[in-house]
Amino acid sequence: LPDGVNISKEARSAISRAASVFVLYATSCANNFAMKGKRKTLNAGDVLSAMEEMEFQRFMVPLKESLEVYRREQKGKKEARKDKDKKADSEEQDKSQEEDNEEEDERMEEEEPNDEEEVDN
Amino acid sequence: AEMAAARLGENRLVSLPLSRIRVIMKSSPEVSSINQDALFLTAKATELFVQYLASYSYKHGRGKEKNALTYTDLSHTAEECETFQFLADILPKKILASKYLKMLEKEKQDGEVGEDDEEVQEEEDEDE
Repeated sequence: LPDGVNISKEARSAISRAASVFVLYATSCANNFAMKGKRKTLNAGDVLSAMEEMEFQRFMVPLKESLEVYRREQKGKKEARKDKDKKADSEEQDKSQEEDNEEEDERMEEEEPNDEEEVDN
Repeated sequence: AEMAAARLGENRLVSLPLSRIRVIMKSSPEVSSINQDALFLTAKATELFVQYLASYSYKHGRGKEKNALTYTDLSHTAEECETFQFLADILPKKILASKYLKMLEKEKQDGEVGEDDEEVQEEEDEDE
């Protein structure tokens, strides 16, 4: 939006609701693709396919680009973790990407800020 | 602490909190697990979506006459643009409460029950 445009509380709340509905719709759509592929875990491809299905092709290029950056950064973090924590095996990483264990996931989320501190620039 | 940002500082890769997005995704009963990349992409896509919805509504609406993004413009977008039609139910058009009450009266007389009870919002002054 151009600078200085006002957004009423009502409009903000509407956008927030719209975002939630979008997530639900996208997740459901992505899940259909996962099920077609007989997989239980939603992956990046499923989300991208969902975007096409929902007619948001305009998102494809920016999404793919961001994903690449994200993956590179995750890899960098993983390497940093490897040095400090021997069990960061690539298989383990894949497992920890799934959400079988809520605790593990929380730990991952908590670790990230620590990683930022510990990486030597 | 909620911002699982991939970078420090202002150039965050995605500005929506991943943990919150995950909660919404997991609320879908059919979903068993979510890969980290999929979570990131969903968050990023939602960010793009919000930008798209806002700019489209602003561009095509009348709020810009007052330099504002209004609820009405958002609601119109949901109603008129096919891409955003899935939002129509949660962004209903507003009618005056008095009009709605009259509608209810009429429907009672006709012996029918109104379906859209929960969707009506009262008109408010949007100039804050």
